[in-house]
Amino acid sequence: MSTTTDTLVHISNVTKTFKRGSEEIHVLSGLDLDVRDGEFLALMGPSGSGKSTLLNLIGGLDRPTAGNVQIGADRVDQLSDKQLAAWRARHIGFVFQFYNLLPALTAERNIELPLLLTHLNKAARRQHVAAALEAVGLAHRAKHFPRTLSGGEQQRVGIARAIVTDPTVLLCDEPTGDLDRKSGDEILSLLQSLNKDHGKTIIMVTHDPHASARASRTVHLDKGQLSTEPVS
Amino acid sequence: MKFLPLVWAGLKRKKLRTALTFLSIFVAFMLFAFLGALKVALGGGVEMAGQDRLITRHKVSLIQTLPESYKNRIQSVKGVGAVCHQTWFGGLYQDDPKNFFASMPVEPASFLDMFPEFVLKDSEKQAWLATRTGAIVGRMTSERFKWKIGDRIPIKSPIWGQPAGMGQWEFEVVGIFDAKKKGGDTSSLYFRYDYFEEARQKNKGQVGWYTVRIADPQKAASIAAEIDENFANSPYETKTEAEGAFAAGFAQQIGDIASIVMAVVGAVFFTILLVAGNTMAQSVRERTSELGVLKAMGFTNRRVLSLVMFESCLIAILGGFGGLGIAWLISLGGSPVPSMLPVFYIPTNNLVIGAVLAVALGVIAGALPAVQAMRLKISEALRRGA
Repeated sequence: MSTTTDTLVHISNVTKTFKRGSEEIHVLSGLDLDVRDGEFLALMGPSGSGKSTLLNLIGGLDRPTAGNVQIGADRVDQLSDKQLAAWRARHIGFVFQFYNLLPALTAERNIELPLLLTHLNKAARRQHVAAALEAVGLAHRAKHFPRTLSGGEQQRVGIARAIVTDPTVLLCDEPTGDLDRKSGDEILSLLQSLNKDHGKTIIMVTHDPHASARASRTVHLDKGQLSTEPVS
Repeated sequence: MKFLPLVWAGLKRKKLRTALTFLSIFVAFMLFAFLGALKVALGGGVEMAGQDRLITRHKVSLIQTLPESYKNRIQSVKGVGAVCHQTWFGGLYQDDPKNFFASMPVEPASFLDMFPEFVLKDSEKQAWLATRTGAIVGRMTSERFKWKIGDRIPIKSPIWGQPAGMGQWEFEVVGIFDAKKKGGDTSSLYFRYDYFEEARQKNKGQVGWYTVRIADPQKAASIAAEIDENFANSPYETKTEAEGAFAAGFAQQIGDIASIVMAVVGAVFFTILLVAGNTMAQSVRERTSELGVLKAMGFTNRRVLSLVMFESCLIAILGGFGGLGIAWLISLGGSPVPSMLPVFYIPTNNLVIGAVLAVALGVIAGALPAVQAMRLKISEALRRGA
């Protein structure tokens, strides 16, 4: 597959195999995918189709068994653990289905976490946190602990934490999967706004056609292979 | 320091569990410090004993007395520098058993020469030499009973009964002595032997034991043997031993204290180590997905390991140092039972050892969970959290 100049994510001939005892499970088989800079891609597919595995490979949380994963100029599959950690801190923002906020920290402290890995001083960190809270419309909830926030608000805090370092790519693993329709719509609108208004590249795994409709492109994954058509 | 709130958040996650872990470590180290003080209290005399001093006592037991005339015969043994004697008086102030303290009649000049570790003002020394009923008392006991120079102290002795011609033993405080070294015993009262000898109604001419200074500590064994040989086959056979061994004999009357102390401390520490280690491991297990999220954000394996270790060390240090500190503050108030354990303080090296042990506890208890956290695979951790 050729790479165009505005391609940000280039995945080429990627295979991922897991071992369970003596059994080998082929989750991805020779998969190719390009994502353009500034694109909002929805990744759909049935359970066990390899969506989350693919997202983990793009985010540098796991390594492919074979093939190339290139984000911008970086060959992610060739980085060491330490280099991968530094790379993730600079380039990737994760949004999780179940928010994954630290319950003992307030919203602003949760959002500040990725900034602890930067050289920013306390005042600068506070400024970035305030801006991220403002962007997700939760400035008034900064001092609240996760348990006092609704599901939608917790996910907004999760998104603020993901964007606070201004990452290259936002990876969302079923971001509306634990929310009601109204809260889910609000989160999707927020992601759309981040994509359209701020040019953020977003790759979102979802089961929900309603969510994928908000993306600029949708690809379907089944049995380790991609297609542009829904799986029947 | 910017990671401190994150570590603190880990501890705040389960407040009750953290509080109980802190308390168990706090109590363990307080116990450790007090056991150190108890060890000193029970074996204090051994450490304070002079290397160049021997004790000559009755061969059968310390309760049996020896003739005063032995002084000159001991003095004549080659290698002996000075000799002084003491006799157990067993004083009770205000006839109350709780007001017990060690009290002995001595010859002031030879006694002060023999025990330079007792610091007495020159004027007070002169006053003692000039006053037949004079007594010097240690700082601790003078403060305990609020005695001052010039006070007349009535003391009852269950051993010696009433003095001849008087209703009770009475002494005038002419001096208050301090100890040259930290931890020296300042709980005793010493009064003049000539006054005691004249006033006592039994066992005249008998003394409790002799303290013998020798010129060469290397020859202690041969000198002791020679002293005892001098009195062999007499009605008052002697047993001479180093002052340290004599003091240790007292301590060993109630068991091998050092071994008991070490056994108790060892058992307590092992238990605390298990409790703290289990708590840390449980805490890390519960936070598997949180640690996975931190790693996903870009926290390196080594940083995650450091965070868990820091958390473990923080609680161990807070609990350990807190326990040692409070024990030290309490010990400044003196012995809880001054009549039984006059020397009671926590030695500095015990505090240092305690501090090192607190850090070691944190490191050992945190090591396994920290390594587990470090090795955690992110995708696996996030899956478990979901």
